Amino acid sequence: MAKLTFKTDRCKGCGLCVDACPKKLLQLAADKINKKGHHPAEITDQEACVGCAACAMMCPDCVIKVER
Amino acid sequence: MAVVFDKPHALVDMPMHYCPGCTHGIIHRLVAEVIDELGIEGRTIGIAPVGCSVMAYDYFACDMIEAAHGRAPAVATGVKRSDPDKHIVFTYQGDGDLASIGMAETVHAAARNENITVIFVNNAIYGMTGGQMAPTSLPGQVTQTSPYGRDTKHCGFPIRVCEMLSELEGPEYLERVTVNSVANIRKAKKAIKKAFQNQIDGKGFSLVEVVSSCPTNWGMTPQAALKWIDDNMLPYYPLGVYKDRSAEEDAK
Repeated sequence: MAKLTFKTDRCKGCGLCVDACPKKLLQLAADKINKKGHHPAEITDQEACVGCAACAMMCPDCVIKVER
Repeated sequence: MAVVFDKPHALVDMPMHYCPGCTHGIIHRLVAEVIDELGIEGRTIGIAPVGCSVMAYDYFACDMIEAAHGRAPAVATGVKRSDPDKHIVFTYQGDGDLASIGMAETVHAAARNENITVIFVNNAIYGMTGGQMAPTSLPGQVTQTSPYGRDTKHCGFPIRVCEMLSELEGPEYLERVTVNSVANIRKAKKAIKKAFQNQIDGKGFSLVEVVSSCPTNWGMTPQAALKWIDDNMLPYYPLGVYKDRSAEEDAK
């Protein structure tokens, strides 16, 4: 059981975290726009996340906090 | 639950101005993580360059000085020599800064084996000014000033900084890493940590070249840019340790 917390307004929607997730649990929210005008990253299935932090390692903007 | 990943303390909590998918953010974070792990934030002084990372002084929590274009190793020399036992000094430079206008300062700081750490971000293009050809642009690479691709007959060949400096007697440690995957980011952090540790141990000039991407000026998505590093940058700029004098001496 792991928990991801996103600083949504910092996200620039580059999608590097989406590709980094080995379980393909992340996506760019097509229905949301943050303060910067990007579609921010979000997790689709929090329960399935193992907290490997690959997404957070790839994120250039320290958007993701990982707890496990 | 324990926090397994969060913003390092040595990185200020503010939005960075870099383009989406720019790996500068990753490299900033790695440097900040190393500063945290070594517990040297209070006595570290960073030297910011001119280029995309010109505003690095806004992002690091340690003291920072802005140098004239290319002169970061010279400024770092002065700061380091003012109190060599206390100050930990690093420069953070792009390829336009370090390998073009600042080449003389870089080579001489290396030749003197100045006890500083240099983080060299090589993205093969001038980013801040809009994507002109850099000394590290690849043969055939299309940029704003080489719209038909870099013609080596006219513009010469790109400079491999690590290989060039490794011919000098001076430098202690030279390594080229990249940050285009999680595994490579881990290796890059290890190299950066070693470069700082060398300085703490008084070993001398350590330079880590980070092969980086520039999605905006390369004209591709962040994902394609990371793949472009693998396909085009790494064959010309092979990863690896180019000099590690202490390890070589230990092996003798």
